[in-house]
Amino acid sequence: MTSPVSEQPGAAPANADVAAYAIRLGDDALILSHRLSEWTAHAPQIEEDLALANIALDLLGQARTLLAYGGAFSGRSEDDLAYLREERQFTNLQLTEIENGDFAVTMIRQLLFSCYQHELYRDLESSTDAQLAAIAAKAVKEVSYHVEHASTWVLRLGDGTELSHDRTQAALDAVWPYSHELFVDDELVRRMADSGVGPLPSVLRPAWLGAVQDVLTEATLVLPDDDWQPSGGRNGLHTEGFGYLLAEMQHLHRSHPGAQW
Amino acid sequence: MSTPNSPLWEVFVRPSRGTNHVHVGSIHAADATLALQNARDLYTRRGEGVSIWVVRSSDVTASSPEEKDSFFEPSADKPYRHPTFYTIPDGVEHL
Repeated sequence: MTSPVSEQPGAAPANADVAAYAIRLGDDALILSHRLSEWTAHAPQIEEDLALANIALDLLGQARTLLAYGGAFSGRSEDDLAYLREERQFTNLQLTEIENGDFAVTMIRQLLFSCYQHELYRDLESSTDAQLAAIAAKAVKEVSYHVEHASTWVLRLGDGTELSHDRTQAALDAVWPYSHELFVDDELVRRMADSGVGPLPSVLRPAWLGAVQDVLTEATLVLPDDDWQPSGGRNGLHTEGFGYLLAEMQHLHRSHPGAQW
Repeated sequence: MSTPNSPLWEVFVRPSRGTNHVHVGSIHAADATLALQNARDLYTRRGEGVSIWVVRSSDVTASSPEEKDSFFEPSADKPYRHPTFYTIPDGVEHL
C-alpha cells in the first residue's frame, strides 16, 4: 500500500525515514507493553494487577497504530512487524526490554520511560507528519496517567519503610544507566528533526530530568552517578533477556501462522 | 488481602453529568490517592464515569439486617407518602 501521492491521514508514511521512526516508537511501546503484561496475575495486589494490565494495553494500542503506520510503507502489517521479525530487527530502547525485577524496578522503569514518552508525545503533537501528530495527541493523555501512577508508587516506595526505600534506591541504581539511551541523537532522528517530524531526543532531556528529579527527591531517593551508559537498542542490539521475551511473545503466531481470537 | 496497610474502600461512580454517584463496588488500597487510582482502573475502564468518590469502608455506618423490621417495615403500608399523584412530563430524565 505505497501510494506516493496520498496526503490523507491513515496513509503510508512519506518516506522510509518516517516509517523507520514510527517503527522505533512502536517497538518501544510494544516491548514495554509485553514486559508489563508479564505482571498479570503476579502483581502485589489484584488492583495493581489490573492497573499494570491497563497500562500495558494503552501501550499496546499505541504500538498497533505506530507499527501499522510504519509498516504501511513497506507493505508489512502490524502483525508482520510484531511477530515475524528477529531480535536484531527490533529497534526498541533497551530500557523498555529490561526484566521486570521486583515491583520497585518496574515502577522506576515506568517512571523514567513514561516521563520521557510524555515529553516526546507532547512535542510530536505538533509534528509535520499528520498521522504521528494524531497518534501522539491521543496517546499523551494515556501517558499522563502512566506518569501519575508511577509517581504515586515511587513516592510511597521511596518514602515508605526502610526496606521499601532501600529496594527502590537499588532499583533506581540498576535502571538509571538505561535512561541515557533515551536521549541519544543519531542520524535518523537528526533528519526527523530537520524535517520537523520529531524532536531531537537530547532536547527532551532537561524537561524529563526536571520531572523525574521532582519525584525522586520527594521520594527521598538519590540520583545515581552517570557512569555506565548502555545503548544500541535503536540499532538492534539488545540485552540478554530480550530473546526470551520475543520467544514468548512470538511463539503463538509462529506456531500457528495467522491465528486469530 | 485486607491488611492494616491496604484497607477496604467503597467506590462511587457518577456515570454522567447531572446524575448521582452510584455505589459500584469496593477495592483495597493503602491510601486515598491509590484508592482513587485503583477505582479508576477497575471501574471506569470502559468509559463508565466522569467522577469517582472513594470512602473508607470503616467510615461507613450501615444499618444491620436485624434492624430491618423496625427500620423499613413501618413505611411499607403508608402509600400516602408516595408521590404517585404527579404526572411526569415526557422527556424528563433522571427524575
